[in-house]
Order: sequence, then structure tokens, then C-alpha cells
Amino acid sequence: MTELALTPSQTSGPYLEIGLIGGPISDHLVDQSDPRAIRISGVLLDGAGDPVPDGMIEIWQANAAGRYAHPADDREEIPVEEGFTGFGRSATDGTGRFAFVTVKPGRVPWVDGRLQAPHLLVGVFARGLMKRVATRMYFPDEEATNAEDPVLVGLESDERATLVARADDGALRFDIVLQGRGQTTFFAV
Amino acid sequence: MQPETTFARIPDAALTETDPPLLHPDYVGTRLRAPKEPLVLLPSSLSELTGPVFGNGPLRETDADLTRQHAGEPLGERIVVTGRVLGSDGKPLDGQLVEIWQANAAGRYRHAVDTHDAPLDPNFAGWGRCLTDDDGTYRFTTVLPGAYPWGNHPNAWRPKHIHFSLFGRAFPERLVTQMYFPGDPLFPFDPIFNSIRDERARQRLVSRFELELTQSDWALGFRFDIVLGGREATPLEEPHDD
Repeated sequence: MTELALTPSQTSGPYLEIGLIGGPISDHLVDQSDPRAIRISGVLLDGAGDPVPDGMIEIWQANAAGRYAHPADDREEIPVEEGFTGFGRSATDGTGRFAFVTVKPGRVPWVDGRLQAPHLLVGVFARGLMKRVATRMYFPDEEATNAEDPVLVGLESDERATLVARADDGALRFDIVLQGRGQTTFFAV
Repeated sequence: MQPETTFARIPDAALTETDPPLLHPDYVGTRLRAPKEPLVLLPSSLSELTGPVFGNGPLRETDADLTRQHAGEPLGERIVVTGRVLGSDGKPLDGQLVEIWQANAAGRYRHAVDTHDAPLDPNFAGWGRCLTDDDGTYRFTTVLPGAYPWGNHPNAWRPKHIHFSLFGRAFPERLVTQMYFPGDPLFPFDPIFNSIRDERARQRLVSRFELELTQSDWALGFRFDIVLGGREATPLEEPHDD
């Protein structure tokens, strides 16, 4: 089989909002009135500790029952949820802040069948980022499942700490540090 | 606490066969934004084997025609930009959301941050969206974007380009890139284009002019095919059965 050469990445540049915000993809994966709704917000920071005002964060997650809205997740015993795509995006504002309204995902299996702790996949784009960088966000109220999560247990404790959001006045706070002290752990996926 | 298992760490510089390195100092914006810690190489679990599916999202016909989104027509050379979105196995990817954004014919973006002294066009917003058809084909009608100056270094100008956003079949295949136009005299001077080290890879971002796509008395035609796949080619950990 011939493998076609991939199309290379280029930076999103500073004007990504023109093309990527305001369309069918929103920062609300569920309506705010959903009793299960949680709010996740954070600040995207550069290597000088300054906020990144021209970035965009994307999240990908399973539904509350732990099923992905994708044909590769064919576990029929877990319900799909009509209208829940599992995907959202939020541009950063002038203060580098992004925010999502979503539900906490259920647990999904790891490659060896063990269950992962609830988590979101997170993609980061910005002027000055040549390609998307990818990380994961975990939940602070999941101490027991986090302690057995196959990804978290494979990391050093300082790396692990960058991936767990913190509770912040009824919401979740997840800052993303692109470079320097406290850099978020990024994954090659 | 010591890690129970460990994942391979790969420096970003090892992943630049196709993509640019995160840190490319000629492009000043990378200096404070490029992550410097090695990347943690994760095997693909169900989380990475899945990704957003758009099916027949709520798009309008004019979403793919950037010249018909306003009361009047935008100024500039009308063009058709089309191509196929393919997996690295050559399979056409249907139902893929393709999003684009670009400067107007004068080289100005409709964005508060763009202060280039060139006119805005009241009939051009500069965004487009469409879904690929069964053959993986997308198609936009727009105007040729202008080149524009930027503050990266003295007398810095970006080659004419259109930004593209694509999803692929799963999270790792997500791609944001830029499509260029053939023969642009600014190529040798652009640190973003030249951040891609391999000349053949750079050329994959340059669209082709095609007379067959060109519509008589109407619009020039450019072809830009896009190939999506996992950005990390080597699977490093096999699933095990214990």
C-alpha cells in the first residue's frame, strides 16, 4: 500500500477567530441549564508568564456515560447521547482566558482494557505555535481514579500536576503554560 | 512517587520530517511560545482513536462561496479553490468539515488586531466552510488574497495564503495549515513557509493552477489536495492482554 506524504502544519496565526469561531462549533458542549453542566476555564500563558490573547483551545471528550460520539467507539452497551458531539472550541480573549461548559466524561478504556480516569483531550493553537500541541485535562475530585489512570501513573509527579484542574469557586480552573517553569505536559499523539 | 510505567520522551526536533519544529527562532512568535520539554509519547487509546464527526452540519451554501456572503461582490480576482481530502492510505475522507480564512484582495484581514494600512472590503468577511463530498472533494469560491506586511523583521511580507483547518478521522489527525499560490516571489523570505525543513514537504502546501478548474469568463482555478494522518508515524507500544 502506498503511503501518501502528509500535508505539513503551519501556524494558525493571530486571526484564527475569523475562520474558526462563530461557526457550528461552540464552547458550550451542553446548555448551561443542563443540571450536569460544569464550567472549565483557564488562562493560556507563554514563556514569560504573559497571557496569550490570540490562541484557541479545543477539547475532545466522551459523554457522561463514557462513550465517544465516533464510529470507532462501538461499545453498544454504553448509550450515545443525542446532540452531544464531545467536541468544543474556545478562543482566548484579551486576557488569555478560555472557557467551556460541558459535562464530566465517563471513564473509557486504555489500550490494555484498564479504565482511564475521566479526562478531556486538549488541543492548543496560537500565533507562534507551528503546529497544534496536545495535552489532557483531569478532574481534581477524582483522586481514586486519577491514582490508577494509566497515563497519569506513567508520568513524574510534577508532570502529572500540570494535567489536573483545580476546583475554583464551583468551576474548574485549568491553566495551560506553553513554555518555561511549570510548563504543561504535552503529548505526541 | 516514582512513575509506575514510563512513556518514551521525544524531543520535538525528532518530529519534524513533515511538520515544522515548534521552535523556529526566525519566526519570532515561536520564541516564547514553543514548548521546550520533550513530548510524552502516548499510545493511542480509544480517546485518540476517535475525534469529532460532523456529518451534515448546519452549513449554508454561501458558507463555501466567500463572494456571495454580502449584498455586493468583493473586489479582487475571483478564484475557485478545490481539492480532495485524503487519508495517508489514499482513502478519500467524506463528510469532513473544511474551514478556511484569509485576507481580502488588498491584504487586509477583517480583524481588530490587523492594523495594516490597506482597505477593508465591506463585501468580504474572509471565512468559509464546507463539508467534503463522497469523493473527499471540497470546493470554495473566493478572491485571491493579497500579500501583507507583518512585524516579524524589517520589511517582512507574508506570501499570499489561505488558512485551512481540517479534522481527519481521529484526534491525532487534526491539522491547521496554510495553502500558498504557485510562483510567489515572497517564498524565499518567509520564515513561516521555510520553517518546514524539507523542500518537498514545503511544496505540498503550494496549490497548482489548473486551466481545467478555471471557469471561462468567471474565475481562475487552483487545486490543493490535503493528506491527513497521525503526525507520529511509529507506534511504540503494542496493546497487551494481561
